[in-house]
Amino acid sequence: MSLDKEKIKYVAKLARISVDEAKVESLTKDLNSIFKFIEQLNELNTDKVEPLTSILNQSLRSRKDEISDGKIREKILKNSPKENEEFFVVPKVVE
Amino acid sequence: MADITNQSLNEIIENVKTKKVSSTELTKAYVKNIESAKKLNAFVTTTFDQALNNAKQFDNKPNFDQLLPGIPLAVKDLFCTENIKTTAGSNILNNFIPSYESTITKNLWDHGSFLLGKLNCDEFAMGSSNETSYYGNVINPVGDQLVPGGSSGGSSSALAADLTPATIGTDTGGSIRQPASFTGTVGLKPTYGLCSRWGIVAFASSLDQAGPMTKTIKDCAIMLEAMSGFDEKDSTSINKKKEQYSKNLKDNIKGLKIGIPKEYRVDNMPKEVDELWEKGKKILKDLGAQLIDISLPHTKYALPTYYIVAPAEASSNLARYDGVRYGYRSKQGKDLIEMYEKTRSEGFGDEVKRRILIGTYVLSSGYYDAYYLKAQKVRQLIKKDFDDSFKKIDAILTPSTPSSAFKIGEKTNDPVSMYLNDIFTVPVNLAGLPALSMPAGVDKQGHPLGLQLIGKTLDEQKILNIGYAFEKNCGFKNEIKKWWS
Repeated sequence: MSLDKEKIKYVAKLARISVDEAKVESLTKDLNSIFKFIEQLNELNTDKVEPLTSILNQSLRSRKDEISDGKIREKILKNSPKENEEFFVVPKVVE
Repeated sequence: MADITNQSLNEIIENVKTKKVSSTELTKAYVKNIESAKKLNAFVTTTFDQALNNAKQFDNKPNFDQLLPGIPLAVKDLFCTENIKTTAGSNILNNFIPSYESTITKNLWDHGSFLLGKLNCDEFAMGSSNETSYYGNVINPVGDQLVPGGSSGGSSSALAADLTPATIGTDTGGSIRQPASFTGTVGLKPTYGLCSRWGIVAFASSLDQAGPMTKTIKDCAIMLEAMSGFDEKDSTSINKKKEQYSKNLKDNIKGLKIGIPKEYRVDNMPKEVDELWEKGKKILKDLGAQLIDISLPHTKYALPTYYIVAPAEASSNLARYDGVRYGYRSKQGKDLIEMYEKTRSEGFGDEVKRRILIGTYVLSSGYYDAYYLKAQKVRQLIKKDFDDSFKKIDAILTPSTPSSAFKIGEKTNDPVSMYLNDIFTVPVNLAGLPALSMPAGVDKQGHPLGLQLIGKTLDEQKILNIGYAFEKNCGFKNEIKKWWS
């Protein structure tokens, strides 16, 4: 199958990445060549193959749901791009 | 004494232990080298003051019983370092200062070493040439027009240029082994789960694994011993007893069975790669190993599988970069959604955006079965190829890469040709196995080439031993002229 410009704009919307109109053309070309390469997999019949979901022969460990650190609000907020005393700040969402 | 920085890590440690050199003298020597090697662009951040302070502290109160006593180390800028900027080679993390230390770097510091600086890499480790970094491409010390490989290209360049005695990288599809091969150095991707992923900027979580990059096999064993180990903060960390890889290093490989897979060739592969593979086989045979022809029939499907699985996981992992809690935020964007879209568009580079779009597409409604599920099934077949072969052999010998280092800009306009560079390294990540790239010779232009040893799950010691025996008999010497200083 091939990806057209509209499809690419739709996927970019899903990925929350704005795409420059000028770049859509070259992006379409690149992605189509990559998908052509990927679609070699269709040569294989995998009807009877179980998907591999983990390469470890063990299930993920679980742990008690307990706080092991905490009280580090200042540390966490330190890298916030917009400063505020206690919260992360984003553009206004509700009018 | 003679220039200490061109010695192996093991020799340097001996010199520190026997007080032939102090940690401060050693650190100063590396600082000097790094300052005269700016042309290589291997560093994103240097931490000289902190390093010299740490060295002084060591010299005042030395502990020589540690694995890495008073050793300064530069690390890939994908490992979070407390209070030191960590960029992952991206604009979106240009101002990110972690408030915590990754488990791997903490392990290294706990063994007596300290940070010298953070090394350039492809953006979010997505690349095979270090050309996708926001901080500019790194140059290979082997030649001023050559890429150092990627994504751990700052690591391989710094190591080969004597800017750090050893280093660490991460390997999702070959990002340790390919740059090691391109610079005539040793690189090991451990078994998935042997080294903690906690505090490493995530790319593709089911494939990512950190590992050592060093000048010799012995150095590699020392570094692996220091960095590996169970970590309860990583849910896929393997809980097992710590190994003493360096102490248990042996060069006797008599009777070991080495598999030679017939599928590890590509069209137009330079004949030197084939000749080197032949040379490798002969060396191992002469040392008493037995060569066995094997088949890994799904090898050609590994890269297409990888380019579904890795972007899918990346699109999910990189969803966190939204300009809200940390990192870059666009000044444009009138509402929240537009702020996300502008932030991600301005913050990520082209290759990262390409992979996020691939990943988003293969996971999107209506396409999941055709791509992602299909890839997971083929991944199972690739793993089964290895499992079947390893019933009758101890390790596998292959070339590390289909060519030596290519020229800067040579492959940037053709993503698929860039991806093909990882054709021999990617299958190992999909199967979660350990693999070592060791320098073995040069091509007709004099550029280094590596051979790869693939081991069974958690069989790092065995491939290190084979590498150790190989290294002693191979006669390779990395002759790099310091043209940059």
